[in-house]
Amino acid sequence: MNVPTALKKISDTVWELPASYKEGMLVPARIFATEKLIQEMDAGVFEQVSNVATLPGIQRFAYCMPDGHWGYGFPIGGVAAMDPGTGVISPGGIGFDINCGMRLVLTNLTADQVKPRLHQLVDRLFARIPTGVGCHGFVKLSHDEFRDVAEQGSRWCLKHGFATRDDLDMTEEGGRFSGADAAAISDKAVERGYNQLGTLGSGNHYCEIQVAQPHNIFDQEKAAAFGLTVPNQVVIMFHCGSRGFGHQVATDYLKLFLSVMQRKYGIKLVDRELSCAPFHSPEGQAYFSAMKCAVNMAFANRQVILHRIREVFSDVFLSSPDDLGMRMVYDVAHNTAKLEMHDENGRERELLIHRKGSTRAFGPGAQGLPECYSKTGQPVIIGGSMETGSYLLAGMNSGAQTFFSTAHGSGRSMSRHEAKKNFRGDKLQRDMEARGIYVRTDSFGGLAEEAGAAYKNIDEVVEATELAGLSKRVARLVPIGNIKG
Amino acid sequence: MPFEYRGDIAHADVAFDAWAEDLAALFREAARAAMQVMVQDLSAVRQTETVEITLDQSDEEMLLFDFLNELIFYKDARKLILLPAELKINKVDEGWRLQATLRGEEIDPARHRLSTDVKAVTMLRFSLSQVPEGWRATVVLDV
Repeated sequence: MNVPTALKKISDTVWELPASYKEGMLVPARIFATEKLIQEMDAGVFEQVSNVATLPGIQRFAYCMPDGHWGYGFPIGGVAAMDPGTGVISPGGIGFDINCGMRLVLTNLTADQVKPRLHQLVDRLFARIPTGVGCHGFVKLSHDEFRDVAEQGSRWCLKHGFATRDDLDMTEEGGRFSGADAAAISDKAVERGYNQLGTLGSGNHYCEIQVAQPHNIFDQEKAAAFGLTVPNQVVIMFHCGSRGFGHQVATDYLKLFLSVMQRKYGIKLVDRELSCAPFHSPEGQAYFSAMKCAVNMAFANRQVILHRIREVFSDVFLSSPDDLGMRMVYDVAHNTAKLEMHDENGRERELLIHRKGSTRAFGPGAQGLPECYSKTGQPVIIGGSMETGSYLLAGMNSGAQTFFSTAHGSGRSMSRHEAKKNFRGDKLQRDMEARGIYVRTDSFGGLAEEAGAAYKNIDEVVEATELAGLSKRVARLVPIGNIKG
Repeated sequence: MPFEYRGDIAHADVAFDAWAEDLAALFREAARAAMQVMVQDLSAVRQTETVEITLDQSDEEMLLFDFLNELIFYKDARKLILLPAELKINKVDEGWRLQATLRGEEIDPARHRLSTDVKAVTMLRFSLSQVPEGWRATVVLDV
C-alpha cells in the first residue's frame, strides 16, 4: 500500500495532501478517486502530484484524476492551473505525446449488419491505416507543407479534402489552436514528423469498432443528442497523437528549459521532468507556440485517419460515408496546455491549464462548445483497455472544481514489463476472438502489454468521475474489432 | 546481462538499467536496451544502412540522453533501426564528444518482430554514474 499517512479524506471521492506534506508546495494536492482506487494508486502519483504543487504560479490545487498513475514530471491524470502572469509552463505537464487524444465517430449501422463483415473491415482498416513502430503515412508532404499543417491543423485537412466543415466544428478549438508558429519548431522536429501524417503509432494507440448496446445507455437524452439513436449502433473510436513530431518538440524544449530554468530564472528544480520557464518569458512563449504546432499536427493526424476510416467503411458497405451516417461525435485532447477563462470568486479570470492525461470536460452552456452540445455539456470520450470497453460521458457544471477536467482512460495498474511476463499476445488474440473481439496488430509483444488486466477497472474510474461531479456517464461502448500498432 | 528492464518504475513506460566497464560500452548497451523495446530480436536487423553521427555535450549524462534521442530520431525520420557499429567518446575542451558509425536497416514488419514504439527518452530518474565496476545508467523511455 502506497497511500501516505498525510493524505486526508475530504469526501468519498476527494483526497488531499496538505501543502505541509512536502517542502516547497505552494498549494495542497487533490486526488479524485474512490476508496478502492486510492488504495490501488502507485507511489509515483503521490510523489509527482505533490511536486506539481511546487510549480510557481499554481492556483488552488495540484490535481490528479481517478485514472492517475505514475508518469514523468506530472503524474498521468495530472492537472494544474497557472496564473499566466506569475506562473510557468512545463512540458512535463503536457507530455511528450502532445495532444494525444480520442475521436469518436458514428455510423448508422447495427452490430448485426457489421458482424458478417467484421474481419473484412478490420483487415482493411489494418491495411489502410499505417500502424506500428516508425510507420510513415500516405500523405506526401514537403517540409514547408508540413509546417503549414502544424500551423493550420484540421483547417489544412479541410482545404485538402480530408475533412468536412462539420468535422472541424466537432473538434476541440475547431481542430486548430490559434497562435501556432512554425518558426518555434526545429528542423529536426519537422524532419522527424513530416512523413507521419495519418499514422496511428503503437503502444496504447488503437482504432476500435465498438457497439452501443441498449443496456449500456445510461442517459437516453444525452445519448440521442450525441447521435446514439439506434439499438446496438456501431461506432468507431480511435486514440493517437502528434507522433514523432510532437515527441521531438517536447524533447527540444525539455532540454532548453533545463538550461535556463535555474540559471536564468532562478526556479528551483524538484524533478528534471518538471523543467519549466515563466509563461511570459521568451522560452515559455516559444514553447507555447511550438506546442500548439504539435497540437495542430495531432488534430490533422486524427483527421486524415478519419478520412481513411470513412474510405474503408464506404468500400466495404458500398455506400458513401454520408449514407452510412459517419459523423463525428467529438475529438478531445489529452495532453495540452491552454489559456482558458475560469470563474474565480465570481470573476472571470484567464488561466493556463495544463492537462496531462486528462480530458477537458466543459459543462452545459460553456463557451466554445458546438451549439448542438450547449444543453448536454461537452462529449467526453474515455478509452478503456481493448478487452473491456470504453465510455462516452458528458461534462458537468460541477466540473468547475477541477477547472473542467476529468479522466482520460482507465489508467495502467501493471507495468508493461510485468504484463509481458504474464500474458502472451498470440493467446490473447485468440481468446479475444472467442469473446467476439477481432484484433489485428503489428506486434504480439505490444498486444500483451495492453491486456485488459494490466489496467484499472474502467467502470470504477468513470464511476468515480461521476460521483465526484466531473463527468456524467452517457454510454458504455463495447469493442468488437480493434487495430493496434 | 549488461542491461535489465525494470517493472518497478513508471508503469506505462519502459525503464531499464544498463552497466558496463567503460563509457563507450555502456552507451552500446543502453542503445541495445532502447532499440530492443521496438524490435524484439535485434539480430534480425541487417546492416545495410550507415549513418555517421557526432555529438557534443558538456556532461556525459546529457550525452547519453542526446545519443539515445538520436537513435529514436532516425527510427521516425528514416524508419531506420540503428545500433552503433563503432563508437568513441572523448573528453574535449568543452566537455565530451561522441563519434559513432550507426548501422542497421529500414523497419520491415515481415522480418522484424516489432514491439512498442519509443516516443522519447524521459528525464525521470535518468542517471549515468561511475561505479566501482565501471559505469551504470538508469533510463525511462516514454512509449
